[in-house]
Amino acid sequence: MGEHLPILQVILPLIAAPVCLLVRHGAVCWLIATLVSWLCLAIAVLLLMQALDGGTIRYQLGSWVAPWGIEYVVDRLNGFILVIVAAVGAVVAPYALRSVAEELPERQIGLFYVLYLLCLSGLLGITITGDAFNVFVFLEISSLSSYALISMGRHRKALHAAYQYLVMGTIGATFFLIGVGLLYLMTGTLNMADLAEQLKPLAGSRIVLAAFGFIVVGMGLKLAVFPLHLWLPNAYAHAPSAVSVFLAGTATKVSLYVVLRFIFTVFGFEFSFAGQPFGPALLILAIAGIVVCSLVAIYQDDVKRLLAWSSVAQIGYMLLGLSFATALGLQAGLLHIFNHAIMKAGLFLAMGCVFLRLGSCRLEAIAGVGRQMPWTMAGFLLCGLSLIGVPLTAGFVSKWYLVLAALEKGWWPVAALIVLTSLLAVVYVWKVVEAAWFREPPGTAGRVGEAPLVMLVPLWIVVAANIWFGFETSGSVDVAKAAALALMGAVE
Amino acid sequence: MSGGELIALALLIPLAGAGLIALAGRRPNLRESVTIATALLLFAVNVRLAVGVLDGETPALRVLEPVEGVPIAFSIEPLGMLFGLVASFLWIVTSFYSIGYMRANGEARQTRFYACFALALGATMAVAFSGNLLTTFIGYEALTLTTYPLVTHHSDAKSVRAGRTYLGILLGTSIALLLPAIVATWMLAGTLDFRAGGIVSGTASDGVVLLLLGLYMFGIGKAALMPIHRWLPAAMVAPTPVSALLHAVAVVKAGVFVVLKVIVYVFGIDLLNSSGAGSWLIGIATITLVLASVVALTKDNLKARLAYSTVSQLAYVVLAGALATQWGVLGGGMHIAMHAFGKITLFFCAGAIYTALHKTEVSEMGGIGRAMPVTMLAFLVGALSVAGLPPGGGTWSKWYIALAAAGTGHLIVVGALMLSTLLNVAYFMPIVARAWFAPQAARPARSVGAMAAPRESGGLQEAPLFCLIPLSLTALGCIALFVFAGDLETFLAPMIDGLSTRGR
Amino acid sequence: MWQTFLGLYNYWIVILLMMAGFYIVMSRHNLVKKLIGLNIFQSAVFLFYISVGKVRGGTAPIVEEGITSYSNPLPHVLILTAIVVGVATVSLGLALVVRLKEAYGTIEEDEINEMDAAG
Repeated sequence: MGEHLPILQVILPLIAAPVCLLVRHGAVCWLIATLVSWLCLAIAVLLLMQALDGGTIRYQLGSWVAPWGIEYVVDRLNGFILVIVAAVGAVVAPYALRSVAEELPERQIGLFYVLYLLCLSGLLGITITGDAFNVFVFLEISSLSSYALISMGRHRKALHAAYQYLVMGTIGATFFLIGVGLLYLMTGTLNMADLAEQLKPLAGSRIVLAAFGFIVVGMGLKLAVFPLHLWLPNAYAHAPSAVSVFLAGTATKVSLYVVLRFIFTVFGFEFSFAGQPFGPALLILAIAGIVVCSLVAIYQDDVKRLLAWSSVAQIGYMLLGLSFATALGLQAGLLHIFNHAIMKAGLFLAMGCVFLRLGSCRLEAIAGVGRQMPWTMAGFLLCGLSLIGVPLTAGFVSKWYLVLAALEKGWWPVAALIVLTSLLAVVYVWKVVEAAWFREPPGTAGRVGEAPLVMLVPLWIVVAANIWFGFETSGSVDVAKAAALALMGAVE
Repeated sequence: MSGGELIALALLIPLAGAGLIALAGRRPNLRESVTIATALLLFAVNVRLAVGVLDGETPALRVLEPVEGVPIAFSIEPLGMLFGLVASFLWIVTSFYSIGYMRANGEARQTRFYACFALALGATMAVAFSGNLLTTFIGYEALTLTTYPLVTHHSDAKSVRAGRTYLGILLGTSIALLLPAIVATWMLAGTLDFRAGGIVSGTASDGVVLLLLGLYMFGIGKAALMPIHRWLPAAMVAPTPVSALLHAVAVVKAGVFVVLKVIVYVFGIDLLNSSGAGSWLIGIATITLVLASVVALTKDNLKARLAYSTVSQLAYVVLAGALATQWGVLGGGMHIAMHAFGKITLFFCAGAIYTALHKTEVSEMGGIGRAMPVTMLAFLVGALSVAGLPPGGGTWSKWYIALAAAGTGHLIVVGALMLSTLLNVAYFMPIVARAWFAPQAARPARSVGAMAAPRESGGLQEAPLFCLIPLSLTALGCIALFVFAGDLETFLAPMIDGLSTRGR
Repeated sequence: MWQTFLGLYNYWIVILLMMAGFYIVMSRHNLVKKLIGLNIFQSAVFLFYISVGKVRGGTAPIVEEGITSYSNPLPHVLILTAIVVGVATVSLGLALVVRLKEAYGTIEEDEINEMDAAG
């Protein structure tokens, strides 16, 4: 049993999905989805612990030996990402019960869980696989299911957002496919470890460079790197609340993982950073993304949209850490993947609670909601403080290491930029806080009650995580450090 | 009980108090009892700690390590102990005062008020006892955030606007300037611990030291150096007990306290002297202390005048540190305590006047001395202390600061100090004079509040006893500090002695 | 010169198709046409994979007497999967277009944008 954990990680939700499709009954599907999500989390944690203790786990699918067969590989980096994805899934699943029942028509509820499980399976698959083409397959599994999930949003704009995402996402995935095809053309292999070996003598090749470009741009689309982010705000804003939480916490993170995996493991540090101005280009895009998207976020009047723009800006911080091309920078970026997942998940969870009660997340609609839903909005506030980077929250630890990494490089202006842009976060978080606590509720709305416990508990688990990982960081910082060193060490 | 446990208690008592206050929210008498019990307990712990510190102990506590190599650590040196003592003692007094003030004025949301007050005191303790820069930073930010609901207590458009200024400046400067300064210090020195003689010394060029000092001084927005003082007058929209304890004692003193600690334990006064980085700071502090006094002269609103007076007095402490001599640091440390007692008395008086007569503007205060003799007498004592005249405790601290300025040859600074004292007298004494000697104003030009208009009788009309007794106590405290200033000096002596390799 | 150009004709066709598809996706406002463009774009990539798997003179990869040269089957197998994905994408896209038509009464993107902006 133990040695089959890597495949179970992916196959459990993959099998549960058609089971749900057969059952169709909303509550039963919810139960299955929740149990599977929790099992996935348990498996992910076990895998990470194994990877941290005993080094990389390799699992040959159907005992076909790599590089001919497909291989699943769990090392410190993707073990870390697996835990993030599974943890967000485990929080979202119980939360979805009331949220989905409220936002979706009765007959779609069973289907929602089918799609959710498929999406989870796809995201876990992307992360765990050691085969380049397999990444594409899982990428499409998760993407197709997330297009459908987003289209389930209550407003018709959700359909349009899903369509736009479908077009952009497919272009991104196809770019990635071209890149993988070029690599296969040059090396005749698809196994990542084998690719890395075969690519070493080909460092000067223009075709490999083209492959690099296609893969990075393709995943950049999925990752919503500025300026390829245009699909994201609409998708997050109009998707059902549970979907916003899930995607905000997982989808972009997994795409970033793929970029990291290709940059460091497949192409190699030397090729990616030394051979071409990749680092500076990334730096510029990251900074532009942070500044522009934070500013745009300030001018949003729908809180979910505001959070979505903030997500694009936060992706910039992760890329910023990566663009330093140092172990410390990489560590800061990885850490921010984790910390951003918990803070943004918490914020979207809180907004889901508000949406459940008010049917809207617009600033004028949430006026005065802080008094009516004190627990929900207190959770929002704490996660918001984490987003700003106030000490004793997870966000502070991210900021600390990012600034440290920038100073280590001697890049004072970048360090200054990191702290200045977190002031923009103060502005947009405080816009919501002022609306929720200091404005009178609109006259038309009656009093609303606190969100149900089944939604509050997941929210507060995430809030507690935000506080916990601001204090006790051995679970996040040390793992991020181990993963960063492993990535850097693999190439030096 | 060990020192570490006592520190943990000092941090947890206000937290637990806040929780209990929230629970007791529906029963005001129980809630206020909890507040006072918490305040008393906190003061007792502080006294117990102070006894240890007097014996030469250094109580310390390490909790966790959120970022590699930098734990959350507490360690008490004399200056922090003094700050903790002053803040926790004045909290007791303020708690009584708050009861009188909040009830007499029929303020809403009192549970939130008392709970946030307790939390703010917890944050103050964290700042006072912090053993390294990271812990200081955490306490500092927590103090900003816990006082924000107090500043915006009235929840109207005006207080929301003021809250924005407050949060924007304090959070903004701390994240944009103080945090990078701390990270840079970590990069340079490899430690963030406070150590006698400083940690930056020998790790950076003079230029970097200068830059770093700038980041620190403007990053610590709570010290209200011009031009980042705007938040302090803005914070005056809060109920008066908040202005009294937090914006005359806890918050602003946290600012100058951190400034002194950074100067003494991070840079070290020797480094400040040798690099010459302190000279621009002396300039800015001097300008602030004169300019703020001038602005105070122009303010008709009593609380606004007091706020600018505070800005000016804070600059004294910064100046004292920037002079980088033992006299200076001693004067600065003492001024934290002296000004705390003086200014809280003044704010208490302002609140008492508002409660009893509903007057907020200085021009309306003609003849109120006859209606409120005790209050106005206390006001006089507080004003003398803040201005630095006997029999107020402020005399001594200003004396030492002037001595330091003269000793280092900054004659212009000495002149500025004299000028500032004159200005202090100029903006305080008209209030006192008007209160006693001017004819009573016919009707208040601008009556504030929903309470019944004050009676036109010439008889006594003091604020409730809950207000009157605390302000008399703090006024007496000002005089006591004048008499027992020597003991204060002894208390701070261990810190002063370790300051420099050079003599006094 | 001509040798390289003609010798690599499969790549030229792929690039031509790919750019044509990409151009349609970017330039058309009609949602169905966009999907068609997307499909052409994807198909071009499939062709690319299939053509690089072909070995000149090789036959199908079936083990039989006397056959030494055969085409690489792996890209072809991969593309089978990719085609399935492509079909799924287009069908999901078309389903969305149907729903969009129901919700907005149009499949012209600029008109939908106008309605979205109106609220």
